[in-house]
Amino acid sequence: MGYRETIEKLCEAGLHPGKTIMATKKETGKELVGVFPIHTPDEIIYAAGCVPVGMWGGKTEIQLADKYLQSFCCSIMRTNVEYAMRGSYDMLKAVVIPTFCDTLKCIVENMKLAMPKVPTIAMAYPQHRKLKAGMEYTISELQRVRRELEKALKTIITEDSIEEAFAVYEDYRATMREFVEEAAKHPEIITAKKRHLLIKAGEYMDKAIYTKEMKEIVEGLKAEGESAFKGTKVIVTGLLSEPVEALEVFDENNVAIVGDDLSMGSRKWRTPAREDVDDVFMKMAYRIADQEGDTFLYEPDKRKGQMMIDMVKEKGADAVVVMMMKFCDPEEYDYPIYKAELAEAGIPELYLEIDQQLATFEQIRTRVQSFTEMLL
Amino acid sequence: MFLGIDIGSSSSKVAIVDENKELKAVSIVNLGTGTNAYQQVVADALQQAGITEADIKYTIATGYGRMGYKDADKQITEITCHAKGVNFLMGDAKTIVDIGGQDAKVIKLNENGQVENFVMNEKCAAGTGRFMEVMARVLGCSLDDLSPMADKSTKALSINNVCTVFAESEVISRLAAGDKVEDVARGAHVAIAKRVAGMCNRVGYSPKVVMTGGVALNANLVDALAIELDTPIEVVPHCQGAGAIGAAVFAYEIYNK
Repeated sequence: MGYRETIEKLCEAGLHPGKTIMATKKETGKELVGVFPIHTPDEIIYAAGCVPVGMWGGKTEIQLADKYLQSFCCSIMRTNVEYAMRGSYDMLKAVVIPTFCDTLKCIVENMKLAMPKVPTIAMAYPQHRKLKAGMEYTISELQRVRRELEKALKTIITEDSIEEAFAVYEDYRATMREFVEEAAKHPEIITAKKRHLLIKAGEYMDKAIYTKEMKEIVEGLKAEGESAFKGTKVIVTGLLSEPVEALEVFDENNVAIVGDDLSMGSRKWRTPAREDVDDVFMKMAYRIADQEGDTFLYEPDKRKGQMMIDMVKEKGADAVVVMMMKFCDPEEYDYPIYKAELAEAGIPELYLEIDQQLATFEQIRTRVQSFTEMLL
Repeated sequence: MFLGIDIGSSSSKVAIVDENKELKAVSIVNLGTGTNAYQQVVADALQQAGITEADIKYTIATGYGRMGYKDADKQITEITCHAKGVNFLMGDAKTIVDIGGQDAKVIKLNENGQVENFVMNEKCAAGTGRFMEVMARVLGCSLDDLSPMADKSTKALSINNVCTVFAESEVISRLAAGDKVEDVARGAHVAIAKRVAGMCNRVGYSPKVVMTGGVALNANLVDALAIELDTPIEVVPHCQGAGAIGAAVFAYEIYNK
């Protein structure tokens, strides 16, 4: 199979999460553990012999979730609770939920009632993640999650297995860093929609298998000649670049994503582990401490705006597109700060409010097309 | 001859310019996308210009129905077309407030009359023509009578809800409490003006501010917005057809490029 076929195969996997998850279970024989967005300690789950699968909501009609979450909560959380109440997640052996926003904090408790058959494990990160005390707290939380996973999965998770899992995830992160570099050079092959679906597929697959496939794609892209792409190049920021129909509008208007600041994207892999640290828990804690410009990690000097400005220059992008998940308050808090910084730097910015349950895309179509006409 | 067609949510507009880039026809039908009004409005515009379809060399479609108009050579958004239309009709505008049936847009222009930035209302009817329609119905008058009714207001009265559904309830409560329909009507106009002024501030407006779109025909709203922005507002000639005129001018320019 050539790398173009691998692209199509993974795009299909990213488009149908339910099907992909079941295929993963069948192919690997491993149990599945759900992980809510974002920064969950997936390596510990992987070390337990399970596959961590992303819980990024989806497109469905919300009927039951109103019991716990009001209509002004973000659509990913509402959808996750809806699926939980329908029993769609009953095949999971556990669910790990971080507590980065007010909705996530409440959901940890809600899910215990919404999904009584599956153990719910909270993971709290410290605000002051870079201080010694913060590092100690992160490690104590990672150890607690490990113990709770051991109990839920009825297994022992050894330090050695965590180190092995961490190596698998470091390989994944390095591969994805390479992928986004190569994808930016070939927007005619990796369109906005394909870029998203390729990244998303990784949420539902065993990382060792997925990384192997992505390496093949990276090598295929490297072997391609110079790109003849003449469209608009953008950097996207936000939680994730969904719904896919919005990305189809990007493709229709010849808009390529050449870099990102997304939670389902580069925020997952742009910070490599420290090589001068031996202890695997310390490495995991440093990966949180060392992250810069992430909306969900406390940062007094807010570097996100400058990081995007630098990315625009480095990638030769024409603009920044904000894919603002409706009612995502951490993302919304950051917006006025980096909007002013982008304006100061003379970088055009398009704000798209997105929602997983969007049914029509005419407004997005008009906004994106107008924006590209404006940039001409 | 060059044709521009703007198929909006509640009306369809066609403009035709000739080989000298002179405006030869503007036609408006108050039926929008999803209807067959485009046939009627095209036929009317062709008749006005004294030509047939065969005389049209290039067609640009704009508006929400632009992608569904099969006879178009190219589609350009209404934001870009309104900017082109205003530049063609007036020349020196810096900010366009375009309020249509289902959405509102504020467009900032650069020194060449091209789009520099824009904002659109989100997916709700607050600050749009639909809001006016609902208010007219609750106040028991026609859409055309809403502005003259508000002109008779003698007391400042605020409608605090910008959401069309909640504003409707608030207006009913006001009327039940004995407030005069004229004052409530003016309050509804001021509510829209405040909403649109917020969009103007977001985009960073500067004079000269002009209005396009069907709602620009409402003089009381133009007045309320001018007060909110503390700057005079000019209504563009053929305000409802400005997008179609811009599309026709684009058709001329692209064909002759």
